[in-house]
Amino acid sequence: MATLHATTVQALQSNKLSLLTTWIESLEASGATRNVKEADLKQQANDFLNTLIAALEQGGSQNVNQENWAETRVLLEKLSHSRALVGQDSQQTASFIFALKGPLFALLQREYAEQPAQLAEQLWEISELLDALGMHTIRTFQKSRELVIKRQQEELLELSTPVVKLWDGVLALPMIGTLDSQRTQVVMESLLQRIVDTGAEIAIIDITGVPTVDTLVAQHLLKTVTAIRLMGADCIISGVRPQIAQTIVHLGLDLQGVVTKANLADALALSLKRLGVTVTKAV
Amino acid sequence: MERIPILQMGEFLLVTIQVDMHDQLALTLQDDLSERINRTSARGVLIDISALDMVDSFIGRMIGTISGLSRIMDAQTVLVGMQPAVAITLVELGMTLPGVATALNVERGMKLLRERVENS
Repeated sequence: MATLHATTVQALQSNKLSLLTTWIESLEASGATRNVKEADLKQQANDFLNTLIAALEQGGSQNVNQENWAETRVLLEKLSHSRALVGQDSQQTASFIFALKGPLFALLQREYAEQPAQLAEQLWEISELLDALGMHTIRTFQKSRELVIKRQQEELLELSTPVVKLWDGVLALPMIGTLDSQRTQVVMESLLQRIVDTGAEIAIIDITGVPTVDTLVAQHLLKTVTAIRLMGADCIISGVRPQIAQTIVHLGLDLQGVVTKANLADALALSLKRLGVTVTKAV
Repeated sequence: MERIPILQMGEFLLVTIQVDMHDQLALTLQDDLSERINRTSARGVLIDISALDMVDSFIGRMIGTISGLSRIMDAQTVLVGMQPAVAITLVELGMTLPGVATALNVERGMKLLRERVENS
């Protein structure tokens, strides 16, 4: 397997500054610098070139999974992680590496102007190397993105299922966001557990924050209501907005046996009435 | 033979299921209960399943059947103390037990049973 010549590495080393300038120019031209501070970008580009040259000077393998590339890999991982956090897409992140190709090729062309065979070989090598590094960047970028998404999903799941006590014996569950099977399961479990813990007789499910109700969502709601009834508590669904009421009727959904109220206040009033509590204004 | 005890409290019968239900036990309970309702002219039946943490469709159906047969024999049935996991399982099995009255605990169940007996 062909390797990079010492001349190439030498050329890289001596032309580092001009390489850096043209690289950053082409990065800015390609729009890959969105949301990244200029100083940060310069720092990152500089660090990358340094570790790249250091790794090449050490010689050894050009396989980027080998030991001598560890530093470069760590640098790229940090970079793609920070890019994922500022909301760049994979293309913008990858072009950080790929934008280096242009300046590098131009440099090599000047260096090997007299030796076309060597030029082709060295171009091929450097291209392979940058591709491998670019792929590594994309891979870690994807991983960081997945981590971010997973964490947000979990947070959303926890955030969206608070069971609040409205009155002695009355629990309320304000639902926010679309209801899917997984969420219904979590909601159902936490609500039923709270009913057992507090001995509440009435549970109010408020769906003001549920954007749409389709057959599936209605089915999930009905399941929850039935489970609550089986436990021996009553369930009221509140926050049925006009559009949602229309949708439910248009879809021909059967919500019979389920008490529905327009808003949470009405539901609370009904629960208080059922509990035999009256609220009066202090004169 | 293993049996589930049926206790009499005035005009009510009290059934507390404290062991894992298997099919034969459920069938025996059904027979015993209908016989006891007949013999004691009970007006209400309270079934406590708070210790039951596993159900299958057969037990679910049995609960529905007991409720139905007591109603025919003019005894109200109230099911109390269902665990969340049991409730979720029954719902996922599609057994919504329509017509079965439920309550959170024995105390509330007795209150509900008295109301229902008075109204019936």
